Amino acid sequence: MSKSVIEMPPKGGFSFDLCKRNEMLAKKGVSPPSFRKTGTTIVGLIFQDGVILGADTRATEGPIVCDKNCEKIHYMAPNIYCCGAGTAADTEAVTDMVSSQLQLHRYHTGRESRVVTALTLLKRHLFNYQGYVSAALVLGGVDVTGPHLHTIYPHGSTDTLPFATMGSGSLAAMAVFESKYKEGLTRDEGIKLVTEAICSGIFNDLGSGSNVDICVITKGAKEYLRNHLQPNPRTYTSSKGYSFPKKTEVLLTKITPLKEKVEIIEGGDAMEE
Amino acid sequence: MPKQQANWSPYDNNGGSCVAIAGADYCVIAADTRMSTGYNILTRDYSKICKLADKCVMASSGFQADVKALQKHLAARHLIYQHQHNKQMSCPAMAQLLSNTLYYKRFFPYYSFNVLGGLDNEGKGCVFTYDAVGSYEKVGYSSQGSGSTLIMPFLDNQLKSPSPLLLPVQDAVTPLAEAEAVDLVKTVFASASERDIYTGDKLEIVVINADGIRREYMDLRKD
Repeated sequence: MSKSVIEMPPKGGFSFDLCKRNEMLAKKGVSPPSFRKTGTTIVGLIFQDGVILGADTRATEGPIVCDKNCEKIHYMAPNIYCCGAGTAADTEAVTDMVSSQLQLHRYHTGRESRVVTALTLLKRHLFNYQGYVSAALVLGGVDVTGPHLHTIYPHGSTDTLPFATMGSGSLAAMAVFESKYKEGLTRDEGIKLVTEAICSGIFNDLGSGSNVDICVITKGAKEYLRNHLQPNPRTYTSSKGYSFPKKTEVLLTKITPLKEKVEIIEGGDAMEE
Repeated sequence: MPKQQANWSPYDNNGGSCVAIAGADYCVIAADTRMSTGYNILTRDYSKICKLADKCVMASSGFQADVKALQKHLAARHLIYQHQHNKQMSCPAMAQLLSNTLYYKRFFPYYSFNVLGGLDNEGKGCVFTYDAVGSYEKVGYSSQGSGSTLIMPFLDNQLKSPSPLLLPVQDAVTPLAEAEAVDLVKTVFASASERDIYTGDKLEIVVINADGIRREYMDLRKD
């Protein structure tokens, strides 16, 4: 049976060719492979002079920590930052993409980017992919209209809030916010509260851990406090240290010659160009 | 209508790691004290180590409800043995009993991954390692639990115990001194806590030697 199919170059985006096969396999009891998620605690809050974003620094592959100190607070614009939870590749890709789009927009308009612009670009992209781009974001920044804080869900819905948390540690962090948040916090009070919320996620949620990253955004200025707090040092280092053999042990050496003699044929065929 | 799969499971995994190392005249058994379910911590202070006999200690990770039931069963059987034989059970005897108990429930297993450690009748350290249904082996060292995939290769690299099936029979015990073995265990758990989310909080170390049983604690990462 012959089929005439025109070979098209791959266009990019998602290919749903294997969906039927996956359904059939699922019915037979074969589970699909899982992808890397960040298992995270990310938070944001609005204080007196602007917005403070916070995040933990652990990236997990199932039960294993694959990165003990990754960066979850992504740059969007000089006055806008975005924390990302969910599939690490998705959060990186989507924030990079929108960051580029915002820069082009700044060149086009000659104005500072607005948070709602980033919000709309992100939600439109995520809705387009119907939740397959698994990125849950906390977007915050200060623009001409004032400080803004939004949460964006993988399916494309958004919320505008005075304080927000996302990720597997969101409940632990939200418990802290709901108890201690009040309007008009000072910078130091805000940083302290965000640190407490992230620490709550770090110690009570197994998907979050290691250090606390903070980003303070105010009108005309931003402060990226990488590893603002490091409450998890290594607990024990042996004083005597460990040695490892430099080479792999040779157990057996056996040489088998493949060809005894190589014959040279004079005037053979010349090689094709 | 496609075949319905059960969405209720009788098992849960409470995480954690256990390690045991046998020495010439001592045995070190260690386990972390974190008990968790899913992404939550249930408690930071739960002992996974149980003393079964005078010179025999078991550490188990897996489903702690099954572990508790298994420990109770073995303690009861040990008491009966003591009444019938007027002496404590030796470590190799307890090892066989544990294997039989686990296989008895071959078709609804104890979700329990065990390492048994102690001194045999000659006072030499011995470690037995099990799977969930009772297959066991006398070894020089072993680890079980969520961190075992991280811990075992390092122990293999440092201790390199020969197989008990080799002839002539080679000593399974490690040439390390007791203090060195305890140091190794502390390093190994500190490293496992860095990379395994289910291992952490506190480390409980039990050392059995001719003088008796000694317990030691060390703090681990709490995140």
